Amino acid sequence: MDTSPPPLISLSSVAKTYGSGTVALQGVSTTIARGSFVSLVGPSGCGKSTLLRIIAGLIEPSAGTLAWPAAGGARPADVGFVFQDATLMPWARVFENVYLPLKLKGVSREAAKPQVMEALARVGLADFAAAFPRELSGGMKMRVSIARALVTRPPVLLMDEPFAALDEFTREKLDDDLLDLWRGQGWTVVFVTHSVYESVYLSERVLVMGARPGRIVNDIHIDAPFPRGRAFRESPDYIARCAAVTAALRESMEA
Amino acid sequence: MEDSRLFRIVLPLVVGVAFLAVWEFIVRHYAVPEFVLPAPSRIAESLIDNFGSLMGSLWVTLKITILAFILAVVGGVGLAIVFSQSRAIEGALFPYAVVLQVTPVVSIAPLILIWVGFDRVQLALLIIAWIVAFFPILSNTTLGLRSADHNLRDLFRLYGASRWQVLTELLLPSSLPYMLGGMKISGGLALIGAVVAEFVAGSGTSTGLAWRIIEAGNRLDIPKMFAALLLLSALGITLFFALAWLEHALLRRWHESAIRREG
Repeated sequence: MDTSPPPLISLSSVAKTYGSGTVALQGVSTTIARGSFVSLVGPSGCGKSTLLRIIAGLIEPSAGTLAWPAAGGARPADVGFVFQDATLMPWARVFENVYLPLKLKGVSREAAKPQVMEALARVGLADFAAAFPRELSGGMKMRVSIARALVTRPPVLLMDEPFAALDEFTREKLDDDLLDLWRGQGWTVVFVTHSVYESVYLSERVLVMGARPGRIVNDIHIDAPFPRGRAFRESPDYIARCAAVTAALRESMEA
Repeated sequence: MEDSRLFRIVLPLVVGVAFLAVWEFIVRHYAVPEFVLPAPSRIAESLIDNFGSLMGSLWVTLKITILAFILAVVGGVGLAIVFSQSRAIEGALFPYAVVLQVTPVVSIAPLILIWVGFDRVQLALLIIAWIVAFFPILSNTTLGLRSADHNLRDLFRLYGASRWQVLTELLLPSSLPYMLGGMKISGGLALIGAVVAEFVAGSGTSTGLAWRIIEAGNRLDIPKMFAALLLLSALGITLFFALAWLEHALLRRWHESAIRREG
């Protein structure tokens, strides 16, 4: 008997064919539990970004259904989305960039101020509210981008290779910060990456995708305890799990 | 940086003064007749002698130029915004904007004059100058409105932004550097348009600088011709620097083009 609560996101036989005839996704079915951290990992062209955009509602699937059982069926009004680039408005100060989602919802600047400053504080950038994006480093811009995604307190955070353009050191730091935030906030995170190491380090579940057509070929649970730190990164357990995901990925590419 | 400022201002000044000195020397030394090439000192003299009438004409030309430029900005940006809201309208109208641009304006000036009426020459001049200045702003702003970051567009959609919000919060700020680039070109073109229009259509009751040049030419008053020319150049330069300053003031905090790099 299954007594587990309904999943937050439920995908069944989702497919996407682009106008050009390219089949980006075919027969994708899975569920994502509320509060979980799930990574999508796969070679380029496997449709992982397309899948994330379908979940966000930016792309309509050509077939299949997407449902939000734990949210009453419909997509929650607030979905946080973080792109590969920081995607900030260069003409606006950090404060204005983070305020944007609330501004678009009609919240006044005064009313939004505590929320914006709190979001900035959570990513460690409270002192940079008045800076322009170009005055920040790549890692700091990414933090602003995350603060902007957090500011509406969304129940779900969708991240599309957010740290791919950063150096290794900054990336590991942001990985740790993201895990801290996730554990503290009880969000659901769907994280797209092409890095096996990052996916294993961050997630509770890694969905391995294959290309042509894009589909989920493996669903690997990473049941290592949190918090995960340096010790986990250097443990044989971590190496073994990475090897398993790599093997699954290779299998998907050779199939 | 101080060095570069020195070079940017002092060096051209030195070249200018040297050029004038050589000019003055040649005219005096070879006794070049005034109706062929007047000496700089003679031009300055003429400028002072005719100061009242030349300044009046400068004001007339300036008015037409500025007004044509402002209307070009309003019309160009306005139409570009309409284009950004509907590809169909853009597809339908853009070719005609190009036709307006590529047809030499001098050739339609007489027509415009006839339509507007010889009793309203100033209006005809304004329309001609406007046609010349309009297109760069339209095409640059259209390009700029299309160049907004696609991920930012998605983000606006994700947060349910209205068309108005997308336009004012995303498309217009994104297009600002393009728009200002177009304005810098159009400022000069508005002046060219105002001068060419006056050459072709005459000047009606109030005389602009272009007509002063024709007038002085007919009387072989070459120093006055040069004096009027000098004022036209000064006007063009002022316009250019005013727009360059505006661009710098609006973009210096964030746009790549305005950021000074060390080394």
